[in-house]
Amino acid sequence: MKMKSLVLVATLLAAPVAAQEVKVGIAAEPYPPFASPDASGNWVGWEVEIIGAVCTAAELNCVVTPVGWDGIIPSLVSGQIDAIMASMTITEERMQTIDFSNKYYNTPTVVVGAKGVDMAPTAEGLAGKIIGVQVSTIHEAYVNKHFAATAAEVKTYQTQDEANQDLVAGRIDAIQADSIALDAFLASEAGAACCEMKGVVADDREVLGQGVGVGLRKGEEELKAKFNAGIDKIRADGTYDTITAKYFASSIYGD
Amino acid sequence: MRGIWEPHRLVLAAIGAGLVIWCAVSLRWDWIPQYAGEMAQGVWRTIWLLVLSVAIGMTLAIPLGLAQAAGPWWLAAPARAFCTVVRGTPLLLQIWLLYYGLGTLFPQYPWIRNSDLWPILRQAWPYALLALSLSYAGYEGEVMRGAFKSVPPGQLEAARAMGVPRFTLFRRIWLPQAVQRVLPTLGGETVLQMKATPLVATITVVEIYEVASQVRRELLITYEPLLLLAAVYMALAGVIVLIFRWLENRVPQKRA
Repeated sequence: MKMKSLVLVATLLAAPVAAQEVKVGIAAEPYPPFASPDASGNWVGWEVEIIGAVCTAAELNCVVTPVGWDGIIPSLVSGQIDAIMASMTITEERMQTIDFSNKYYNTPTVVVGAKGVDMAPTAEGLAGKIIGVQVSTIHEAYVNKHFAATAAEVKTYQTQDEANQDLVAGRIDAIQADSIALDAFLASEAGAACCEMKGVVADDREVLGQGVGVGLRKGEEELKAKFNAGIDKIRADGTYDTITAKYFASSIYGD
Repeated sequence: MRGIWEPHRLVLAAIGAGLVIWCAVSLRWDWIPQYAGEMAQGVWRTIWLLVLSVAIGMTLAIPLGLAQAAGPWWLAAPARAFCTVVRGTPLLLQIWLLYYGLGTLFPQYPWIRNSDLWPILRQAWPYALLALSLSYAGYEGEVMRGAFKSVPPGQLEAARAMGVPRFTLFRRIWLPQAVQRVLPTLGGETVLQMKATPLVATITVVEIYEVASQVRRELLITYEPLLLLAAVYMALAGVIVLIFRWLENRVPQKRA
């Protein structure tokens, strides 16, 4: 009996190494058009396809694993997942805990507000306004650093959808997020009716980071090299552009 | 009193103290000063949400209970329907229906959006308070129904025979005895109500649970803020239990 369980333990330990199974964590909260569940519960979107393409190019056996956004870094550190591909921006603060691959996309950060209300994506332009952002994002950090002093209030939401909903309801005056996420919102019926683009915020690399990369545990250089090679390969062979063209009008790789 | 010093209790107490000391020494607590202000504000928000919702809920529960216990059918039926619906649906759903449902209907009417009430109506706490109050009213309305029915009818008949006015009868005889009978139940229900308050964090009300979540997100630590949160809720529950024990002892009662 003892012998058997030892063998079992050995198999369990050996199995993941042999198969090179990589659990890629995505945020369990829908973030269209990057990742959201379709009617039958399958995850679809630009980022989900990119995960597939990168993993194929890097010859990794990836398993997409949804994890709650606010616990995604602890899940990576504790080993429940092996990589994060959830539109997570590379920032100095996150680099203290985890490591990142090279970026795989980078989009500008914009402010959207109610139509007809006078505002601009600056500290003065948002003075006295209530701003909504998704928690634990670079946008929350940016708003807290640049706008919180003059704004009436900064409200945080578990999902971008909830922030959008409250903007439609008039409970908040403005939202700040990634341009692509907000373009999709402005294209929706509710978004088009209530709100408009107020402009791109001034860059702040320290907070807004250096684009979106694959989050990895520190010291996993081999896996990091594989992801970097995978990203380079799909960029070079056109797979990246093919997938991008399906979702966006222009390239989102950034400068 | 001797019972406290029995060996097995001493051992258990030592294990408990050891756990607390281990937590205090080996976990990370250096973030507490940084977040102290927000935590104090969060605890305060939890407390006033709880106190106000219990007060409003109880004020509603008494007529709800009375209507079901002694009212005509056209009062009893809606009261019963209200209690059944509130008790039969999740509180989270009620909170979301009020905030994302009712709350998003208001701004469609310009006269509401331009009124003096809008700065209050656009905030989240009125919906949180309303949902918590209605929920408490629903549960306690049912409790009060039983309480009113359990007061011996002979007392009420005797009072009526003596010519006691209806409202005085209710205020001096019926209500005090009904409340007295269900105080232990109400104490437990209030603790449950306290434990329901974290749900309002889902509609952007920053109470103590949300502050703990903030700490978790910003410092990427899990156990420390949650353990502290547990300690805060335990302390609050302790205070509630003490208040209700004091209320129970205040009214002298004849024991059979």
